[in-house]
Amino acid sequence: MDVTNVNNPEYYHKVVDCQYACPAHTPVPEYIRLIAAGKYTEAYMVNWESNVFPGVLGRTCDRPCEPACRRGRVEEEPVAICRLKRVAADHKGSIKHLMPAIPDQKNGKRVALIGGGPASLTVARDLAPLGYDVDLYDDQQKGGGMMRSQIPSFRLPAEVLDEEVNQITDLGIKTHFNTRVESLREVMAKGYDAVFVGTGAPKGKDLEMPGRHDASGHIHIGIQWLASVAFEHIHTIGKKVIVLGGGNTAMDCCRTARRLGGEEVKVVVRSPFAEMKASPWEKEDAMHEDIPIIDNHVPKQFVIEDGKMKGVLFEKVSPVYEDGKRKLKPTGEPDVLIEADDVLIAIGQENTFPWIERDLGLEFDQWGMPVINPVNFASTLPGVFFGGDAALGPKNIITAVAQGHEAAISIDLYCQGKDLSQRLEPRTKIQSTKMGIHEWSYDNGVAADLRYAVPQADKEETLRDRKKEVELGFDLKTAFREAQRCFNCDVQTVFTDNKCIECDACMDICPTSCITFTNNEEEESVLRQKLLVPALNMEQDLLVSGPLKTGRVMVKDEDVCLHCGLCAERCPTAAWDMQKYLYNTAKAGHHCYV
Amino acid sequence: MSYSKPVFHHPNLTKNALGYTKKDYEGSLSTLCAGCGHDSISAAIVEACFELNIEPHRVAKLSGIGCSSKTPAYFLNNSHGFNSVHGRMPSIATGANLANRDLIYLGVSGDGDTAAIGMGQFCHVIRRNLNMIYVVMNNGCYGLTKGQDSATADKGSIAKAGNMNPFEGIDLCSLAIELGATFVAQSFSGDKSQLIPILQAAMSHKGFALVNVISPCVTFNNNNGSTKSYDYVREHNESMGRIDFVPIGEEITTQYADDEVKEVKFHDGSELLFHKLRKDFDPENKIEVINAIQNARSKNEILTGILYLDRHGVELNDLLNTTAVPLNQLTEKELCPGSSMLDEINQGYR
Repeated sequence: MDVTNVNNPEYYHKVVDCQYACPAHTPVPEYIRLIAAGKYTEAYMVNWESNVFPGVLGRTCDRPCEPACRRGRVEEEPVAICRLKRVAADHKGSIKHLMPAIPDQKNGKRVALIGGGPASLTVARDLAPLGYDVDLYDDQQKGGGMMRSQIPSFRLPAEVLDEEVNQITDLGIKTHFNTRVESLREVMAKGYDAVFVGTGAPKGKDLEMPGRHDASGHIHIGIQWLASVAFEHIHTIGKKVIVLGGGNTAMDCCRTARRLGGEEVKVVVRSPFAEMKASPWEKEDAMHEDIPIIDNHVPKQFVIEDGKMKGVLFEKVSPVYEDGKRKLKPTGEPDVLIEADDVLIAIGQENTFPWIERDLGLEFDQWGMPVINPVNFASTLPGVFFGGDAALGPKNIITAVAQGHEAAISIDLYCQGKDLSQRLEPRTKIQSTKMGIHEWSYDNGVAADLRYAVPQADKEETLRDRKKEVELGFDLKTAFREAQRCFNCDVQTVFTDNKCIECDACMDICPTSCITFTNNEEEESVLRQKLLVPALNMEQDLLVSGPLKTGRVMVKDEDVCLHCGLCAERCPTAAWDMQKYLYNTAKAGHHCYV
Repeated sequence: MSYSKPVFHHPNLTKNALGYTKKDYEGSLSTLCAGCGHDSISAAIVEACFELNIEPHRVAKLSGIGCSSKTPAYFLNNSHGFNSVHGRMPSIATGANLANRDLIYLGVSGDGDTAAIGMGQFCHVIRRNLNMIYVVMNNGCYGLTKGQDSATADKGSIAKAGNMNPFEGIDLCSLAIELGATFVAQSFSGDKSQLIPILQAAMSHKGFALVNVISPCVTFNNNNGSTKSYDYVREHNESMGRIDFVPIGEEITTQYADDEVKEVKFHDGSELLFHKLRKDFDPENKIEVINAIQNARSKNEILTGILYLDRHGVELNDLLNTTAVPLNQLTEKELCPGSSMLDEINQGYR
């Protein structure tokens, strides 16, 4: 294999599994270390630069970082990254003085943001400090978009959301709330230099089946219903409730129903339990609130008796896997009637753009979705950009933020008349942590603690009060212990081949057998098999050195490296060094916030 | 500085026939200098025992004083251990072996512990053919007292401070052969592919097995001009051919031409394969071995491999006809067989 090119900024980035998996590439180990050091404000700002909504995401993120966490490959559970983020948000000091300065002298460019959700707010945050005049339009009375209308307060208190939305709107954003944009042409006629569409996926999917329209007062579309609850239009629900669907919206629906008077709330889902779309922890939380999840049940019809909702009839199925595809085959058992006073349909959501005129030159595909460049988020109409659920379909908040950053870069390039394909390089910094012969500026001891659970408020109490937050967050002592579970994967094992005397000390000491000195091979697959422990995780790279004095090479499998620094401590010539790598994705105008 | 190893290990670590992983044969975190050759030897011992499926409680680690003699703390944490007086490891090993011949006695010593203060003990334990493995971690200097030349430093070798050693160095392998050792090997800490099968063969050999390992002292004796530096040993290493150790119960599957490989069977059924031995060298022919060593010395070569092997020597317990039962398992019945037995013995002297 060729010598690994560690000068490619993505090589070491990929070693930081959590950061690499995060759509916004938040420098996770960096802020976890700051939390361990009690520097909550600094930890918050590291987050804020990348993901804009640390307090919101510390409660609601889909956490793609956690399944990626290296710790999950050597023990049971990954680091509780998401809930540590909340610790930073909950315990930060004043950050007013740390907010970016907004220039008095504007750059003369005007940008309209349609929709006030996470994607638009991210664009606003990135562009305002560069001198843009930003107008934000939303039909709700406050910003936040789906974070406000779809995420229940018992998961995300309004104060937390308000704070983080206001942090952005306070950057001189001209907000136009309670203003529903009915025509893109009209917006464009106002002479904006660029328009950003961040209107989300606001249409909940309906379920057309017999009986759907016979008791429609008792059948609700999940996200619309959640919004009605959030905006206090709906206060009650029947005692028996069925939630159809297996995603996170279904989980929010069933738990909200429990708080509105639902006593027998059941989630009924077509797929097997393990294959449900909802995050495992959200399923756990629902079941903790005495909500059974009934899987492998396909709804057949709404059963109406005497004009009254009686329940839903289900066919029992079992999954059959053919050619890697799942099919649900009826088991032949009799259909099951589950009684219900109200039914919530949470089977997905869709984009809808009735307000975009089709003759503007903005191309739509056969599914009615705008054609968007997935790298620069431009539509086919110059000057109109998309982001968040509106761009490439429904995902999650952190993806919306990541797309917002990219769209902001594009808008900035566009307004300066530059080529949109010239993406900005990430900002990277690599620096030795060496403090003495065997001293490092990071805590390289590897804690054996198992994952700590986040305490929850009393169930009786939270079920009584819809707005009472269920999770209490880590106390600071537990937060420290949880933070210590982080391996510091951003502290890289950097190898300098011309310093190596091949004493084997690193290979002998490595607790996870990552390092092998061996003869090089042409084929990566052959080399992978030859290592002390064969490197079978193909998603993880090999670090291959240049030839050493004996003609062999050093090969390190990055897979389960604990970043404990023992290789460097046992190295007599400092051929190994532990170097902290900070990777920040570029923001519009190369602006730095921290 | 780290004082303990992380508890985690690679999830795909293989297990041996006993169900142990290599981790189960490891010791505490070494406190030797970073890059010390001794740590590599410790790792080789771990690997050798793991591969041989040795139950850790069947090993007794014995050592004297010095950097080398600290190493038993860094391997086989689940084995017995005795850190003895400087240069007196052979006495302790002899006593222990006579008390219980069932254990594997792994003595670890250094060039000072062996060739200086312990020279007398070293000579006598060899001529008695005690059934043990005697590993010398040989770095040619006194690392624990800042690197003075030791008795095995070669004449003309230059120390870190620049002084040249004016005295003849003791060649432990020649001496051991002269004294009647039945297994003599020499290796290099930087070559585990050779060291591990040598250690395994030494553990399978019945009788005294010397494994002299050149083990560079990175702190005091890894400079230009030293004859025990990593670079010098690599440049002057004259390997006597690849060695394969085939443990008991495993079959030799590869076919070799007769002139390419020499097969040697140990009493326990394990086998040793010498590949591509030189025409004039047979490790079981003492005269050819001594010739080879002298020739190598005249050419400033360091011969490595299993240099000498005598499978017919009788080990000390058999020579003395001691009891096969460990002393701690003998009961009063065996130890005090009664007055009739006493009478019988007395009758024998009349």
